[in-house]
Amino acid sequence: MKSLSDLQRIRDEAKKRVSMREGNQEYRIVVGMATCGIAAGARPVLTTLVEEAAKNNYPVTVTQTGCIGMCTLEPIVEVFGPQGDKTTYVLVDSKKAVEILEEHIGKGKVKSEYTVGASGVAL
Amino acid sequence: MMERVHVLVCAGTGCTSSQSDVIVEKFRSYVRQFDLQEEVKVIKTGCFGLCQKGPIVAIHPDKTFYCHVTPADVEEIVVEHLYKGRPVKRLELSDIDEETKEKVFDIDKIRFYAKQMRIALKNCGVINPEDIDEYIAQDGYMALGKVLESMSPQQVIDEIKKSGLRGRGGGGFPTGLKWQFAANQPKGQKYVICNADEGDPGAFMDRSILEGDPHAVLEAMSIAGYAIGANHGYVYIRAEYPIAVERLEIAIGQAKNYGLLGKKILGSKFDFDIEIRLGAGAFVCGEETALIASIEGKRGMPMPKPPFPAISGVWGKPTIINNVETFANVPIILLKGSDWFASIGTEKSKGTKVFALGGKIVNTGLVEIPMGTTLREVIYEIGGGCPGNKNFKAVQTGGPSGGCLTENDLDTPIDFDSLVALGSMMGSGGMIVLDEDNCIVDVARFYMDFIVDESCGKCTPCRVGTKRLLEMLNDVCEGRGSLQTLHDMEDLAHKIKDTSLCGLGQTAPNPVLSTLRLFRDEYLAHVVKKKCPSGVCKSLLTYSIITDKCRKCSLCAKQCPTGAISGVPGKEPYVIDASKCIKCGACMTACRFDAVVRV
Repeated sequence: MKSLSDLQRIRDEAKKRVSMREGNQEYRIVVGMATCGIAAGARPVLTTLVEEAAKNNYPVTVTQTGCIGMCTLEPIVEVFGPQGDKTTYVLVDSKKAVEILEEHIGKGKVKSEYTVGASGVAL
Repeated sequence: MMERVHVLVCAGTGCTSSQSDVIVEKFRSYVRQFDLQEEVKVIKTGCFGLCQKGPIVAIHPDKTFYCHVTPADVEEIVVEHLYKGRPVKRLELSDIDEETKEKVFDIDKIRFYAKQMRIALKNCGVINPEDIDEYIAQDGYMALGKVLESMSPQQVIDEIKKSGLRGRGGGGFPTGLKWQFAANQPKGQKYVICNADEGDPGAFMDRSILEGDPHAVLEAMSIAGYAIGANHGYVYIRAEYPIAVERLEIAIGQAKNYGLLGKKILGSKFDFDIEIRLGAGAFVCGEETALIASIEGKRGMPMPKPPFPAISGVWGKPTIINNVETFANVPIILLKGSDWFASIGTEKSKGTKVFALGGKIVNTGLVEIPMGTTLREVIYEIGGGCPGNKNFKAVQTGGPSGGCLTENDLDTPIDFDSLVALGSMMGSGGMIVLDEDNCIVDVARFYMDFIVDESCGKCTPCRVGTKRLLEMLNDVCEGRGSLQTLHDMEDLAHKIKDTSLCGLGQTAPNPVLSTLRLFRDEYLAHVVKKKCPSGVCKSLLTYSIITDKCRKCSLCAKQCPTGAISGVPGKEPYVIDASKCIKCGACMTACRFDAVVRV
């Protein structure tokens, strides 16, 4: 490299690759990855979330968790906001995952038709 | 695709010795087996500090810390945690919250880490030391870039001076001042040396920094070169640190590839190159002039000072020599500013200091604390106190050049000057905790034995004096000492201090003088009563069996390696033949009825 700006460019690229280690992004997205979740297709949802978030520089940390308890509604994705507010999305697939990121993280609007409340399940 | 999980496995010397290299391989193979290689990246990183609980594996972004991981645990971690998202609780690092008395797993609530402040160690356990991009991601080489683009050499020196940074290798000399001396020399060939000859037994912070964050040291050396007008640097490191040497070599190669070492760095007019020089591991080579002699290919022996290396150093040219940890502080000072650094610590000791906690302490490992933290906080809150509820006796700081601190000193804020005032010193940061089972004379003897081995032999006071001092300590430990011996020891110790050529000899009697002053009673017990109160000095011990308590079970006799115990099972009580007894204590350990006593 020949200048400070070259170094800065390399740094910005490298930061993207390691920033996930800090895990203190604005939003935290948790995917249920127990047997029920995996069987219902949680893995492609998880990978889609990770890829899309990185591609669009969304301020999110994507992690996984065990069984959330509503196995019939898997794959379940929980989004924790900056104020600790939690939104639970159910029956998520890769396409819905992209929409959730665009709406909820990108525009700050809860994608209400995919939430557990809209699923019609009595809790 | 993007990785979603990074598995960081400690690849420092400590964890590697408990198979962390095998653990890395197992992680990689299980990750492939479960087809997770696209999502999970396994990375070797530097020391997490909590060596006691190694090997340590950190999983991010979950911030899960697994400790005492064995190769057999890897499959479970991959299946449960990486595949199904369920952390393996039994391996997670935890602590008991003092207020709620509940188990906590959050790293910020673990007492070992809560009081620490990591500056020199900031990248250790965070980045992959073998990947320059990871260092750059943490703003690595940005300080060098800033310096080359916008600061004059004098501005760099002024910034370091203002920060109050003092040498972390032992002496505590102001780093900025040292640089100024060398910068003031006429233009021409000058050198920067990194002293990585970590000789103090028990200290391993320099090794851990080089293993965990080698680029920080290279960057700082380049900055120092720019500041004093040098274009060549040496890292003088002992060959017994193979992992550190290897990572340094990798780091130098990567920096050269990126043009961060070599000609016209970052498009400026500044050239800088770094070479590694391996030392054979002699304690005296940590002394500046002996280190220079060793780099020049001569026998590692000190020279009288002045001239100081800043005037006439390696190859007779102006040279600055800074310790690894000192260098590790430099880039961040230039990035965050001298005011930020000077806001940490005490009035005359700024920033943090890394200590290697060892000896009779629950959490052995590396801790970095702001200057001014008290010994009590380090030993009890971070270190967890003495294991087995034994009583704390003393803490030895400064290694073979330092001294002991006792219970009375526990609330002293630690900095360069307070430790000297208490008759010890900071040294390179070794901190060996002693409990009631340690004999203080034996400890002094250990350090003197080390010094006798390591004295280079050039000057008589050190070569002969330390040998005589060791003989006197042996006399005390073996029951041949008298009050006169103690008097002679003190006298000789002062003479060695006053007349030795270099720092090694001048400080060598410190452990003896310090313990004689603080634990005189214990020395007196050895020479007057001929007893070792801690039960360590074998010559002063006798083992015997209390006849009334003996159940005639024969366990002790079976354990005795020399057949010194006789009796008849179930009939005759057992007795120890003192002439055959080698005082190993096996009988005492074997006896279930406390019938064996040691006096």
